[in-house]
Amino acid sequence: MQTATEAVIYNKAGQRIVSPDYLLFEAPRTKHFMTGSEAVKEAVKRASVDASVSYPITPQSEAAHLIGELWVEGYVGVYFRGESEFGVMSEIAGCAMAGARTITTTSGPGTLRAFENFPMWAGTRIPVQLVLMARGVNSPLSIQPDNLEVGFLLDTGCMIWYAENAQDLFDMILAGFTVAEQPDVHVPVITVVDGFFVSHTREAVMLPPDDIALPPYNPYKAPMPVIDAEVPPGRFLRDPFVMKSNYISYATHASWQWEVRSAIERSRPYAKHYLRGLIEEFGDPSAELVFVACGTAAAQAKEAVRLLEEEGIRARVVKLKTIRPFPIEELKQAVKGAKYIFVPEFNVVGWLEREVRRYLYGHSEAEVIGAPRVAGGMTMPAEVIVKEVLKLTGKEVKHVI
Amino acid sequence: MSYKIYEINEDLLDVMPQEIRDLQFRATWGNPKRGVMDLPYSKELIEEHSLCAGCPESMALRYILASLPNPEDTIIINSTGCTSLVFPHIALHTVHSLFGNQNAVASGIKRVLEWRFPDKVKDVVVLAGDGATVDIGLDCTLQSFFRQEKITTICFDNEVYANTGGQESGLTVKGHVFKMAPKGKQWDKVPFWQIAIDSGCHYVARLTVSSPKRVETVIKKAIYVAREVGPTYVHLYTPCILEIGLNSDDGLDEMRQRDKERFAFFEYVSEPAKEVIERKKEEGLL
Repeated sequence: MQTATEAVIYNKAGQRIVSPDYLLFEAPRTKHFMTGSEAVKEAVKRASVDASVSYPITPQSEAAHLIGELWVEGYVGVYFRGESEFGVMSEIAGCAMAGARTITTTSGPGTLRAFENFPMWAGTRIPVQLVLMARGVNSPLSIQPDNLEVGFLLDTGCMIWYAENAQDLFDMILAGFTVAEQPDVHVPVITVVDGFFVSHTREAVMLPPDDIALPPYNPYKAPMPVIDAEVPPGRFLRDPFVMKSNYISYATHASWQWEVRSAIERSRPYAKHYLRGLIEEFGDPSAELVFVACGTAAAQAKEAVRLLEEEGIRARVVKLKTIRPFPIEELKQAVKGAKYIFVPEFNVVGWLEREVRRYLYGHSEAEVIGAPRVAGGMTMPAEVIVKEVLKLTGKEVKHVI
Repeated sequence: MSYKIYEINEDLLDVMPQEIRDLQFRATWGNPKRGVMDLPYSKELIEEHSLCAGCPESMALRYILASLPNPEDTIIINSTGCTSLVFPHIALHTVHSLFGNQNAVASGIKRVLEWRFPDKVKDVVVLAGDGATVDIGLDCTLQSFFRQEKITTICFDNEVYANTGGQESGLTVKGHVFKMAPKGKQWDKVPFWQIAIDSGCHYVARLTVSSPKRVETVIKKAIYVAREVGPTYVHLYTPCILEIGLNSDDGLDEMRQRDKERFAFFEYVSEPAKEVIERKKEEGLL
């Protein structure tokens, strides 16, 4: 309740400013039925966003259109279509360097076309948010769901979060700005969601009112000087040191790389708070069979747990909400007592399996099984996951057609 | 921004390096009439650059920096190449992000600054070589013109990729033998000043840097027009004396020679730009 002496603050769009905690946890929510793309719009609408630049690529185009509508309605300050994903991510960098809270979206091949920008974003310590609606990468031409591209992004120096559904996506976008902009973090956040499965399907999403919004971004709290000619000159990418060939420049460049990665590590407590934990657990906590997954693979694994129950097999799911930072301690704790760890994935290489193996090496006795793995747009019915488990146990496969 | 931001805390004055003290006491902040004639008497905004001895690009940089009408509110975006070796030595907001995306980064910066500071003049100037402007960054350069971004683009055309060891570029003259064109370049030099006009620039100039006063006038016109009307483009010949086999003191002669040929002074002014230039002349700023 507001007292008489408190001033109510509004953002440029006329929305009442509330704390991130109020917006994410306390504000009353009502149920809406919408696509993942529309959930992006609803999040951006409540995020006091200053700038967005867009470029068409399926399946993220609709989300980008909807951000454009918010610009027309006065919720977003700057919006235009760039020339390509490489151009857009560069324009986004300019917007953020000039002191704007900035968001954009992309998918699949666009991600790779823009790739050179992501380590640059991290190196300049800009807290931009990329909503990545993951999709297959050519060739042959595919616009189908797949998340191979995330494997490429893991070590760019950006935070990587993974939403399971439209609700996750809505909450993660708001939490993403809040965490990325903490002065001791201040690195980009890439919020991933599986394209089509979430972007194009409609589901129930609980939304707080749209007349409240996050506090606006304050660029003067940033650990790097903002390029707005209101502060003494700043030099981005620290050129003076790194453009010489000597040990001081090598050490400077190396320490900067480590600092960016340390910034991601420093995001843990904030992410833990605003995401209500870096992992989510589902199923029988004492089960020896564990699925470790993210995104819609986690949703399918949850369904598989239900089916396995009918087979008399107890199982559980550990859903990873953040991939960078990787929830190492949480995962180690969650797989204690596990005998088998299945890692179902929507890509051909199994980047999550590699991550799980890497972080659990020497910390878990469980056998890690990188399966099932689908690619090229194939869905992953819960039955496929069940089949994989039943193969291991030698049981009859009932649920699979 | 106030140029006072460069003022040193007086308790620290006696321990500050001379070049920093000079920036406060002998630089030309806050004077829109500043120009190349101030160079011998004032503190320059560039300090101990690392370009080759006699490099015409270093002359160009000195003249351009001396000609900025409000350096205290100017942001320079540059790209990978010889220019990126210099920008760490410049007392201005500068950004180097990647190779070829300078006009895209500048677009983002300019639009956000216009939105954040609607009542202030903040000039955004892109400064990059021929490789960044016309080859790898061509898409970003042209599209910023198409979108009518209010930025000034300056291309240092040395007709070669210089910093990477002398490879043929889109602006190399036909027949010239450079690395990666071992039989001589197979097609013509791209007339980029003309493409800039066709793509929507409101002020376009082509020249060498052999005449400092002319560089000053062109830069000021380009910045004033970009501030009010739309994109402007300046094409400067800054030969890489190293790659074309000239001595350190031959750069000026080389430019004077080309002044009479393919870099003969050329200027295009759109109708809205003419109005701005006339007004600035009346105000005594040109």
